[in-house]
Amino acid sequence: MKAAVIVFPGSNCDRDLAVAFRKAGFQVDMVWHKDQGLPEGVDIVGIPGGFSFGDYLRCGAIAGQSPVMKGVAAHVERGGYALGICNGFQVLCETGLLPGALMRNAGLKFICRMQTLSVETTNSVFTQNYDKGQQIDIPLAHHDGNYVIGAEGLAALKAEDRIAFRYVGNPNGAIDDIAGVLSENRRVLGMMPHPERVIDANHGGTDGWAMFTGLTQALVAA
Amino acid sequence: MQEPAITPDIIAAHGLSPDEYQRILEIIGREPTFTELGIFSAMWNEHCSYKSSKKWLRTLPTDGPQVICGPGENAGVIDIGDGQAVVFKMESHNHPSYIEPYQGAATGVGGILRDVFTMGARPIAAMNALSFGAVDHPKTRQLVHGVVEGIGGYGNCFGVPTVGGEVRFHPAYNGNCLVNAFAAGLADADKIFYSAASGVGMPVVYLGAKTGRDGVGGATMASAEFDDAIEEKRPTVQVGDPFTEKRLMEACMELMQTGAVISIQDMGAAGLTCSAVEMGDKGGLGIQLNLDHVPQREDAMSAYEMMLSESQERMLMVLNPELEAEARAVFEKWDLDFAIVGETIPEDRFLIIHGNEVMADLPLSKLSSTAPEYDRPWVETPAAAEMEPVAGVDPIDGLRALIGSPNYAAKQWVYEQYDHMVMADTVRAPGLGAGVTRVHGTEKALAFTSDVTPRYVKANPFEGGKQAVAEAYRNITATGALPLATTDNLNFGNPEKPEIMGQFVGAIKGIGAAVAALDVPIVSGNVSLYNETDGQGILPTPTIGAVGLLDNVADLIGGTARDGHVAVLVGETTGHLGQSALLYEVFSREDGDAPHVDLEAEKRNGDFIRANRGLIDMCSDLSDGGLALAAFEMAEASGVGVTLDAGDTPTLFGEDQARYLIACSFDKAEALMVAAGQAGVSITTVGRFGGEKVRMGGSEAPLAELSATYRTAFAEKLG
Repeated sequence: MKAAVIVFPGSNCDRDLAVAFRKAGFQVDMVWHKDQGLPEGVDIVGIPGGFSFGDYLRCGAIAGQSPVMKGVAAHVERGGYALGICNGFQVLCETGLLPGALMRNAGLKFICRMQTLSVETTNSVFTQNYDKGQQIDIPLAHHDGNYVIGAEGLAALKAEDRIAFRYVGNPNGAIDDIAGVLSENRRVLGMMPHPERVIDANHGGTDGWAMFTGLTQALVAA
Repeated sequence: MQEPAITPDIIAAHGLSPDEYQRILEIIGREPTFTELGIFSAMWNEHCSYKSSKKWLRTLPTDGPQVICGPGENAGVIDIGDGQAVVFKMESHNHPSYIEPYQGAATGVGGILRDVFTMGARPIAAMNALSFGAVDHPKTRQLVHGVVEGIGGYGNCFGVPTVGGEVRFHPAYNGNCLVNAFAAGLADADKIFYSAASGVGMPVVYLGAKTGRDGVGGATMASAEFDDAIEEKRPTVQVGDPFTEKRLMEACMELMQTGAVISIQDMGAAGLTCSAVEMGDKGGLGIQLNLDHVPQREDAMSAYEMMLSESQERMLMVLNPELEAEARAVFEKWDLDFAIVGETIPEDRFLIIHGNEVMADLPLSKLSSTAPEYDRPWVETPAAAEMEPVAGVDPIDGLRALIGSPNYAAKQWVYEQYDHMVMADTVRAPGLGAGVTRVHGTEKALAFTSDVTPRYVKANPFEGGKQAVAEAYRNITATGALPLATTDNLNFGNPEKPEIMGQFVGAIKGIGAAVAALDVPIVSGNVSLYNETDGQGILPTPTIGAVGLLDNVADLIGGTARDGHVAVLVGETTGHLGQSALLYEVFSREDGDAPHVDLEAEKRNGDFIRANRGLIDMCSDLSDGGLALAAFEMAEASGVGVTLDAGDTPTLFGEDQARYLIACSFDKAEALMVAAGQAGVSITTVGRFGGEKVRMGGSEAPLAELSATYRTAFAEKLG
């Protein structure tokens, strides 16, 4: 099992995500954003949190143009898995690999705190080890997590059961309390909260761990 | 390029006294050029030269077996075992933050992070100690918003967790807010990088962002009092770019692995001037710079502007020339400037060339070694007058007054704007006592705190100085960690006033006594003087940052109080109400003496807590607000009520030192009693945790109601 974690110059959760993948049994390659493609045999691409290019422009906009993203898109088109967390979610939306966009938090402030989420679907490798409707505590740390999508897009997400997580108590104004969404083939997940920050007891919670064990099981079975 | 002629007005505008100018003439034997005058003013201002404080700073204990590098480098370095070191320092950015709160605070964070990674350490934790004017002062809210956003904006993007700090409000800061930024980094103990240049003819390399005109004269500004013309100083505040800083850090970390770095120094106050002089002076070498090669952001910059620019995110390095290609490749990877701008030279010269003209030619070693040093006159702060009696208060009313004040209300409005979990090693988030982070990839953990009680320091500088250290020691101890060392950020008013200098001297003596007794040497620090507006000084605020070590994170005292737990008080209570939080918040009084600190008791009680940490579920130090506030905070954080037996004001709200409140089971409490008896530690049961109410004496209120007050008061008044 092989994971690639994309490193933009302003990524700052790249190590944290790599730690989580390794703990789950993945071999992890850190892939520099200027690389033209992904290493051979990558099962899942992780796009980590951070401020890829400082986020002085729209978050994720410049990262979406990085050479490596062509490789990520090709990987996804082939049916590969991808997980974008926080800034990684923004990057996936900017590249069109996920629908919608992330705007500034409704309260205009950066928010870092533990957040209760509701697991909205278990029909994905990312969420299969949770129960539908289960409430989990996963930390937030973002300034631009206010998810927006057009009416048709929202209807499609709902109809296709592609809303992975909803906030319990909306922290940032996101439409329909959406915290994370899946791609049409359910193999790409983007989410604002940070599951990699709650994977061992010293984190003050372990609710993120089931996501990584779910990935491991799926890929071992495959 | 034609430089302005040197006139008395120009000399004065550089903050140089006539005596100091005379000194320059004697040293160089001629009139300085304009650029040279700028260089002298940068090196000799209070901020860079410590000319008023040096005499007293030398008296501080700075050594110990745990110290790898004490004050004098970019930051202090301590040994945490297993070949690992922690590099840390605290530094003020007060004046810029008052003028332009967002950028002032942001660049304060940037500067301290650079101090840490310059030494080869990856930053792993940050804290901020903030002092603002009165809550209802018209400028306060804007400053709070700007400063907090600036700190968050920089630290969050850079990717360092902000794990602790302080926020206080007092009218004495109406015209001078304080922004003290702390950073700590992790390094291999045998791979620390220093600033001393070595080797003749070695290339001097400029790294990082380009040079602009921002911050020209900033260090001089930081050494002057404010008046109504303050708005005119806005152009001297630098602008931060955390994205560039992040790249600069990563590039430096990679560069240091290559072996190409002989010495390295960040460009902070007075940028190119201070960094080049520092490297040359420490290495006993001269430096020649050709400014034509300096990467520039603006057109037609003069030598004067380049030498004094405080543009951020820049470094200066002496390079091993054999590894130039490798070093250059690292910086190209990160899209940062890498320019050879000069070389080390054997003679004692600081030679600045621009456009084929010599713009400055000064004896380098004289720039710092002959900086003026003053033994400023000082007067001892008079002993506090006998205190008027304090009327008793209903305990719950007293508690409500404290937790409804932004000084003691929960600060989540502040720290939720800081990413306190990035790096995924934060074990204890901000909110209650010291922040704790794991040492990545090990079982070890580090505890961080910053403390001072300015009211105490004003009433009694010596005891107040001791107390700042003692409180930091207790906050570290309350996590179960061993306090290892400290950094001091000394914020005072105008040192040319003997009573202000007396506060400074008294506080230094107190800090010195306490760090010696508690074995927490000062390994780095910063002095910020002239914190005055229209002649009104701030409360003397010597912030102490402390770092402690847990050999195993499993030893952390990190639990909560539970229903049925006993509330056990360690340390002696006499009910000292002088200068207390209750006195200030309820009666608007600031009288009486500061509580005296028994350093032997501090040590004894601290050792007792650590030795018995296995018996303790939750522990908090007692400081502002005494027993009542500590018990409430523990109950609130645990979501369980508390009952304290005592109902009298001095017992509940007195601020006697060397005390801790513990929550643990009845059986463990008994074992603690036995251990305390053997250790000669004063210990007593003061109540119990449980239920849904807070009860003190005969007074009570629902925890949920008090909790709501505590959690909303800050945002209601300042959000």
